[in-house]
Amino acid sequence: MTKKTNEILVAVAGQPNSGKSTIFNCLTGARQHVANYPGITVEKKIGTYSAKEGKIVLVDLPGTYSLTSYTQEERIARDFLLLEKPEVVIDVIDASNLERNLYLAFQLIEMNVPLVICLNMTDVAKRRGFDINTDKLSQQLGVPVVPTIGNKGKGKKELKETIWATHKHKIDSIKTDSVKAASTDMPIRINYGEALEPILATLEQKISEAPRLTEHYSPRWLAVKLMENDSEARRLVRQQSEKGKNILDFVAVERDKFISTHKEAPEKIIAYKRYQTAEGIVENCLSQKAKGHKTWTDRIDQLVCHRAAGPIILATVFYLFYKITMSPDYGGQKLASLAWPYLAKFRDLMAFIPLSGLPRSLFLNGIVDGVLAIANYIPIFFVLFILIAILEDTGYMTRIAFHMDRVLRAFGLHGQSTLPMMLSGVVVGGCAVVGTMSTRGIKDPKARLATILILPLLNCMAKIPFYILMASIFFKKYQAEVLGFMSVVTLVLALVVAKIFTLTILKKEEEVPFILEMPAYHLPTVRGVLIRTYERLMVFIKKVGTIVVAVAVIVWCGITFPGISKERVVHYNNETNKAAQSFMAKLGENNPYKKLLAGQGLNEFEEYWMSYKKGRMGLDEEAQQALNQKFAKKNAEFFKIANKGKYIEDGKSKKDKYAKKTYTTYKKFYKSVERLQVAQRKETVRVSYAGRLGQSLVPLTKWAGMDWKINVAMISSFAAKENLVATLGSIYSMEKTEVVTKESLAVTMKRETAHTGWTPLHAIAIMLFVAIFPPCLMTLIMVRIETGRNLWTLFVTIYPIILGFLVAVAVFQGGRILGFGG
Amino acid sequence: MTLDELKPGQECRVVKISAEGATGQRLLDMGLVSGTRVKVVRNAPLMDPFDISVRGYSLALRRSDAKGIEIKPL
Repeated sequence: MTKKTNEILVAVAGQPNSGKSTIFNCLTGARQHVANYPGITVEKKIGTYSAKEGKIVLVDLPGTYSLTSYTQEERIARDFLLLEKPEVVIDVIDASNLERNLYLAFQLIEMNVPLVICLNMTDVAKRRGFDINTDKLSQQLGVPVVPTIGNKGKGKKELKETIWATHKHKIDSIKTDSVKAASTDMPIRINYGEALEPILATLEQKISEAPRLTEHYSPRWLAVKLMENDSEARRLVRQQSEKGKNILDFVAVERDKFISTHKEAPEKIIAYKRYQTAEGIVENCLSQKAKGHKTWTDRIDQLVCHRAAGPIILATVFYLFYKITMSPDYGGQKLASLAWPYLAKFRDLMAFIPLSGLPRSLFLNGIVDGVLAIANYIPIFFVLFILIAILEDTGYMTRIAFHMDRVLRAFGLHGQSTLPMMLSGVVVGGCAVVGTMSTRGIKDPKARLATILILPLLNCMAKIPFYILMASIFFKKYQAEVLGFMSVVTLVLALVVAKIFTLTILKKEEEVPFILEMPAYHLPTVRGVLIRTYERLMVFIKKVGTIVVAVAVIVWCGITFPGISKERVVHYNNETNKAAQSFMAKLGENNPYKKLLAGQGLNEFEEYWMSYKKGRMGLDEEAQQALNQKFAKKNAEFFKIANKGKYIEDGKSKKDKYAKKTYTTYKKFYKSVERLQVAQRKETVRVSYAGRLGQSLVPLTKWAGMDWKINVAMISSFAAKENLVATLGSIYSMEKTEVVTKESLAVTMKRETAHTGWTPLHAIAIMLFVAIFPPCLMTLIMVRIETGRNLWTLFVTIYPIILGFLVAVAVFQGGRILGFGG
Repeated sequence: MTLDELKPGQECRVVKISAEGATGQRLLDMGLVSGTRVKVVRNAPLMDPFDISVRGYSLALRRSDAKGIEIKPL
C-alpha cells in the first residue's frame, strides 16, 4: 500500500469475537459488520475517516488469538504490522475476556508498535459483574486504554482523540531525544523468567549487531520469536542478515540446552509467563461482584448443546432454513416469484429494441438472458445471506460446527463444513455459489479446500427441474423417491470423494486444529445483518455477474454459429412463403379480410394477435372485457379475427363468420410456420459449433446412454444450470408463443425419446451425470475467488466430468448387463 | 492423565501441554498453560468434540487434540 504524506495509517488488530469489526465500522462508517463466528475477516478491509490534521486510513486485520506463524490469518496480521509499519495500531480487547485478550496485547507491545488499547464491550463485562479500573490498566500496560461500547458508538470520540495523540507522541519522540521520550511512558516488558531472560538478552545483543534486522524488527520481539522456534522468524533472520546463520546456530544450541535442563520447550514457558503476567494485571485492575453466577450464554447452551435436545434443535434450524429459502410460499422462492413478473416485463421491454436477425438474437438471447439469469438469483441469495448473517451474529454457527464435527471429520471435512454443504443442497436443492462463498468460515485450510472441491457434487437448485423433468417422463409414480435417491447418492458420493481427496491430493495442505472458541450469544442487529447481506450480494453481482453475462454471450455464439447454409435459409424462406400463399388461397375469394391480411398486413396481424394473446393470459372476466375493448379500439377489423369472429357493435354482440374462418385458417398457417421455425432452429443448433461438439462426443457419451441433444444441453448448461432444461426446450419442438413449462417439455420429450428407444436406465444414467457434471460458471468463479488458485478451479471443472462419466457409464452398462433397459 | 479422559462436570489443572507444533501452540495461545484451571462442561452429541470452560470463556476441543493436555483432576 502506498502512503500519502497527509494520510495516517492505522491498523485494527484484536482477537476473534472482540467486536473488532464493530469498532472498525463505528470509526469509519464503512460497510462492514462483526460476526460471532471466529475469524470472519480474512481479507484486508480498509476504511477512512477525516481528522482535523489529516485523513486516517484504517486497515482491519484478521482476528487472531496470537501472532505466531502457524495460521494464515496470524501471518497476514503479523506481516502487515511488520512491513506496512502502521503509525498507530488499535488492539480491540473484549472486556469480558480480559486475560486471553491481554495475551495478544503483550505480543503487539513486544513488536514495539505504537499501541492504543480499545477496551470494548464494557457493557457486557459490567453485566457479568466485572468492574475494570481503566486508568490502572493503562498504567500497568504502559499504553493508553480507551473504554468503548462498539455497537452503541460509545467511546468513539475518545478513541479518535487517543489515536491522534499516539500518532503525535510518536512523531515527537522521533524529533526529540527518543530515549528521554520513551522513558516517561514505558510499555510493559514481560519477564520471561531467570531461565530464559539471560538467553534473550544475549540474543537481543546479537540481533542489534545486524543492522538490516533492527531496521525492521524489534530485537526483543525477534529474540522471543526465535526462542519460540517460529519458522517465519527463522526465515527472516536467514534471509536478511549475513550473520543470520550465526544467530540461528546460537538459537538451536540454546533451545536444545534449555529443553534438556528444564524438560520443557521455551515456547511453553513464554506462553506461561505471558498468561501469568495477564493474571496479575487482571487481579490488580478487575474486581468481580457476584462471582460464579450463570451467564445467559451458559443457560442457552445448556439447552442448545444438550445431547438430546441439541440435535433436534439443529435439525429444526436446518428445516426452517430450507423452508424459508426454498418453499414457494414464503422467503426466497416467494420473493423470486414476486420479482419474476418484473423481470419478465424487463425482458419484454428489451424485446422492443430496433434490431433484427442475429444482432437481435445476440442481444436478447445472449446479453439480456444472461443478465436475467443473474437477476433471478438475487432474491434467493438476499434471503440466504440474511439467514447466514443471523446464524453468524447470534453465535449459533459455532454450535453447528460443535454438533457436526465428529461426523464430517470421518470424511476429512470439518464441523464448519456443515453450513456450506447445507447451502449447496444436501437435501432439496441449494446453491454451490453461496456454499462456496460461505467456506470462508472454515478455519482449517485443508478441510476448507476439500469442502470447496465437493460442494458442486451436491444438488444445486437448478439441477432439480431436470431431475423432475426426467422423473416425470420415466418414473411418473415415483417422483419423490427419485429425488430422494438423488439426494442420498450425491451426498454419499460427495463424502467419499472428500475422503479420497484428503487422503491423496490434499495430503500436504496446511491443517489447523479444531480448537474453537464458543462465543457468547448476541442478539443480531438489523443494521449489522443488512450491511453484510448487502456486501455479499455486491460480491456476487460484481465479481460473478459480469463474467456470467460474457459467457452467456459465448454460449449463444456456440449454439448459433456458423449457422445453416444459404441454400437452407432460402429453402426455409420458400417454405414459409408457400405456406403464406396457401393460407391466402384457403381464405376463399369472397373473404373480406383477405385484403386486410395481404402483404404487410399479415405481419401486422401477427404482432397484434401476439400481444392480444399475451395480454389475455391469466385475466378474469372483467379484465378480459376491458382488454377486448382496448384491442377493438386499436384495430376493429383485426379484433374481429383475433376474437374468433365475435365483436360488439352498438352495444350488441355480433358474429362474423368470415372473421371466424379467417381465424381458424390463420391458426393452422401459424402452426405450420412455427414448425418450420423450430426445424430451422434445430438445424441451426445441429450444425453449430456446440452441436458439432455434441455430435462428435456421441461415440464416447453413448456409453453413458447420452445422445447429441443431451450433450449440447450439457455444454450450454455451463453458463448456468438453468440452461439445461431451457436448451432441451429449444432443441425439442416447442411452440414459441407458449411459456416453456416442464409439462409441455415433458410431453414432447417423451414423444421424441420414445422412438429413439430411451429407457428408465438412460434416464438414471443421465441424471447421475447431471448430478456430478461440472459446476456452473458462477460456482467456478467463486472457487477461483475462494481458493485463489487457477489450478483448483481447473480441477473442479474437470474432475466432475470424468467422475460423472465413469459413474454414468458404470450404471448404464451395469444396468444393461443386468438386463434393464434392453 | 490427559484432558480427554475427564467427564462433564469434572475439574482439573493443566500440568503440561505435551502436544507439539501448531496444536500445541494453539492450546497455549488459548490459555491452556501449566496450572490453568479447566472445567469440562459437556460433550457433543457424539461424545466428540467437547466443551470446556477456561479463563472465563468456553472452548470446544477434539478428543484427539485434548490428548496433548496433561492434567491433574481436582
